[in-house]
Amino acid sequence: MPDTQPNLAKPATAPTAPTAAATAPTEQITIRVQDFNAWYGAYHALHNITLNIPSQRVTSLIGPSGCGKSTFLRWINRMNDLVPNARADGVMQLDQDDVLDRAFDVVELRRRVGMVFQKPNPFPKSIYENIAFGPRLHKRFHHSDLDALVEQSLRAAAIWDEVKDRLHNSALGLSGGQQQRLCIARAIAVGPEVLLMDEPCSALDPRSTASVEALIRELRQTFTIVVVTHNMQQAARVSDLTAFFFEGKLVEAGPTDGMFTNPKNKQTEDYVTGRFG
Amino acid sequence: MSALSAKAASSAVELARKGVARSRHVRDGWEFAIRGMLGCTALISIAITVGIITILLRETIAFIQMPDITLTDFLFGTTWSPLLGAEKHFGIWPLICGTFLVSVVAAMTAIPLGLITAIYLSEYATNRKRAILKPIIEILAGVPTVVYGFFALLVITPALQGACNFLFGTPIFSGYNAGAAGIAVGIMILPIVASLSEDAMQSVPRSLREGAYALGSTKFDVSVKVVTPAALSGIMASCFLAITRAIGETMVVALAAGGLAHMTLNPADQVQTMTAYMVQIFLGDAPAFGVENLSSYAVAMVLFMVTLVLSIIGNILLNRYREVYE
Amino acid sequence: MSGISLRTKRILKNRAFLALCLFSTSATILILALLLMSIMVQGSHFLFSSEALSAVFGHGELSQVTKIIRWEFLSNFASRFPEKAGIYAAVIGSLWVCVICALLALPLGIGTAIYLEEFAPKNRWTALIDFNIRNLAGVPSIVYGILGLTAFTRMFGLFGSDKNSALSFGPDNAWWHIQLPFGQGLLAGGLTLMLVVLPIVIISSREALRAVPSSLRQASLAIGATPWQTASKITLPAAIPSILTGAILAMSRAMGEAAPLLVLGIPVFIANTPDNLNDNFTVLPFQIFNWAGRPQESFHQLAASAIVVLLVVLVCFNGVAVYLRQKLRKPLA
Repeated sequence: MPDTQPNLAKPATAPTAPTAAATAPTEQITIRVQDFNAWYGAYHALHNITLNIPSQRVTSLIGPSGCGKSTFLRWINRMNDLVPNARADGVMQLDQDDVLDRAFDVVELRRRVGMVFQKPNPFPKSIYENIAFGPRLHKRFHHSDLDALVEQSLRAAAIWDEVKDRLHNSALGLSGGQQQRLCIARAIAVGPEVLLMDEPCSALDPRSTASVEALIRELRQTFTIVVVTHNMQQAARVSDLTAFFFEGKLVEAGPTDGMFTNPKNKQTEDYVTGRFG
Repeated sequence: MSALSAKAASSAVELARKGVARSRHVRDGWEFAIRGMLGCTALISIAITVGIITILLRETIAFIQMPDITLTDFLFGTTWSPLLGAEKHFGIWPLICGTFLVSVVAAMTAIPLGLITAIYLSEYATNRKRAILKPIIEILAGVPTVVYGFFALLVITPALQGACNFLFGTPIFSGYNAGAAGIAVGIMILPIVASLSEDAMQSVPRSLREGAYALGSTKFDVSVKVVTPAALSGIMASCFLAITRAIGETMVVALAAGGLAHMTLNPADQVQTMTAYMVQIFLGDAPAFGVENLSSYAVAMVLFMVTLVLSIIGNILLNRYREVYE
Repeated sequence: MSGISLRTKRILKNRAFLALCLFSTSATILILALLLMSIMVQGSHFLFSSEALSAVFGHGELSQVTKIIRWEFLSNFASRFPEKAGIYAAVIGSLWVCVICALLALPLGIGTAIYLEEFAPKNRWTALIDFNIRNLAGVPSIVYGILGLTAFTRMFGLFGSDKNSALSFGPDNAWWHIQLPFGQGLLAGGLTLMLVVLPIVIISSREALRAVPSSLRQASLAIGATPWQTASKITLPAAIPSILTGAILAMSRAMGEAAPLLVLGIPVFIANTPDNLNDNFTVLPFQIFNWAGRPQESFHQLAASAIVVLLVVLVCFNGVAVYLRQKLRKPLA
């Protein structure tokens, strides 16, 4: 586990939350969320979430399905804009910028906050084009720079050695695990600060899962990573911090070790010990 | 490998920042302009509807305001003789009657054949057979209507006459008749019934069928007593949309149904449909602003309203079954 | 005992129904075969050379046939004399008007489809436009002819009559010479057919776009593509094979339409091919209609021959559609 204690997240509903914040005053916060509420039409999906997501750490969001963890994730890069009737209020800041501000450029937001989905979804294009698509949208590149960017992104996703000889073949010819790593490379190629991953391994076999998990551990040196997972072992393996959501509320958040060995909250304990969920 | 990965990630981020940023304003400007343009193309469809209604309404009003014409005569009259005789009558019922007769014959041809074909394709045929048969049936929908007109006039009519001659000693069917035109229109709309009904039956969940089989039903029971009722709104939609096409069909009736507007329900007689009357007026050099010319707009208005109502019903039914199963 | 007979009854009923199914399906296919055969038989007289015909049906020698197709039928203009009549003007007119129709209907139709699938908010207005398009698809084509007559041929009488035009652009001998109103020219014909096929193009393109997995859209938007970048670079390329197939089917429909052009008042008999966008033209289905409606049998044979040509053109269209679909279709996920 990290030697500096990560910053603490403060659930609104848990006054007895751990107070590790004091031990690491220098920890940088990338995403600051305070009294955040989200709705789908009349359905109140998230209640008063307060959570700080620290830089260059892996934060995992766990909880039973329907608890609001994916909704929360999809508000960080405003993918919920696509859902009619979805709205939110409260504070959600990415490095001081107000994510929820309608005037905030959502294109720039999504460049800074990359996303990896549950099912690998490469474009029906070549491997090279899959990676180069994002950078070209945002900037003009010299050919050589773009080639280098594609290579470094693929290396970062630990897939370069497998695909370097067939960069111009269709990405759909790759295996599921390779496709998912390609999608991670695609997200990296636009130079984001944050990577959001929505159950990134749930469609993969155990071996691919292991390689993606190893990758997540590695990438936290460069990015702030938020992973939604329903798999507690996975949360324990990959994350530095864990936040437990239940019925639209943030029940408990803190260092992953503490959450699993010594949960403060009864509900958390029941969930992590497998009594429900 | 793993240490390399982190290093590569930071150099990828560095490289990604190297490019020359594109202007947000240019991008947003494009986005706005393109959204506006595409929105305008979407409005064209509204403009077409408004255009049709405005033109038909204007000319229909002009028609009603002509001397000796009243709306009640037009809507309730049973004599249509705009071109013959000294006294002109504009009562639309003979044209509606002709249209009705042809459409009924067409429906009686297309609906039974189309439905049974749909049940066969959906419930009995193997995937392979369906993959071959469905496109063949859809070829019928791609044949130009004028070809069906030719078929009605020069194949179906002589065949009907020959058959009647053989059976009863007289041809019975006149050279132009509603029956042959109706059969040809029926063949034309058959693929609409078959194809849409088959789609509706295919979207009935497998679990319903399995439930029925588990109770010991035969394939016949499942197809006719389970799947068909479950797909009923889709099947009805297909019939409505097919009949809409039959009512609006022009070239077949213009060639094969004849040109005499009278009140008859005998398929062996010649009839004139609303569309056939319009063809007669627009083909002949009727003066552009005469009462005959204006009457064709009034007929078009009635035709438009009838097909619109049927097509609205069909689309509502179609939406209903899509809501239920999709 | 009665239990067994009931069971037998049900099995028999099942068998009988299967027989009925097979009968009706094969009846449908037989009708298609009969239709094609009757037209082929009647059409052969003017399509094939007399030596080829006599070699097949009569006493000639097959090996001595030097000419199979009677090319005069394709290269002659229409005529009062069946032996001299041909469909040159009609074929050229059909192709021209179809190209114009495609150039107008495809951008508008695909544009509308993109708007409705990729941009439009899900509100009452969008629902109204959607509803309107579905119902436009059911409007009889002859009604579109009336709209075309008023809006394009006469232009609401705003620019004088077509013989005495108020406005014209371009030299008389240029192909792009245009005068207002359009009269019975190619442009009026193309625009009118555009009205007929537009709903078909929109509906089939929308279905094609809807079939693109939404995960691709999400992926594109999530790396910061705008809706238009997503539509133009991801969704549209993925949907193009199906869109093209639908477009070609729509063009086949335009190729076979006679009713709306008949309302415009296009001529039956024409002794030249169109020189410019405003020139008069005629189309194959209208030529067929005219010939089939005459009493003499040789004109019926001419009509059948022209139908064969029309069907061959349509089969080619559909062949191209199938080829494009096979060639361009890639898996999407």
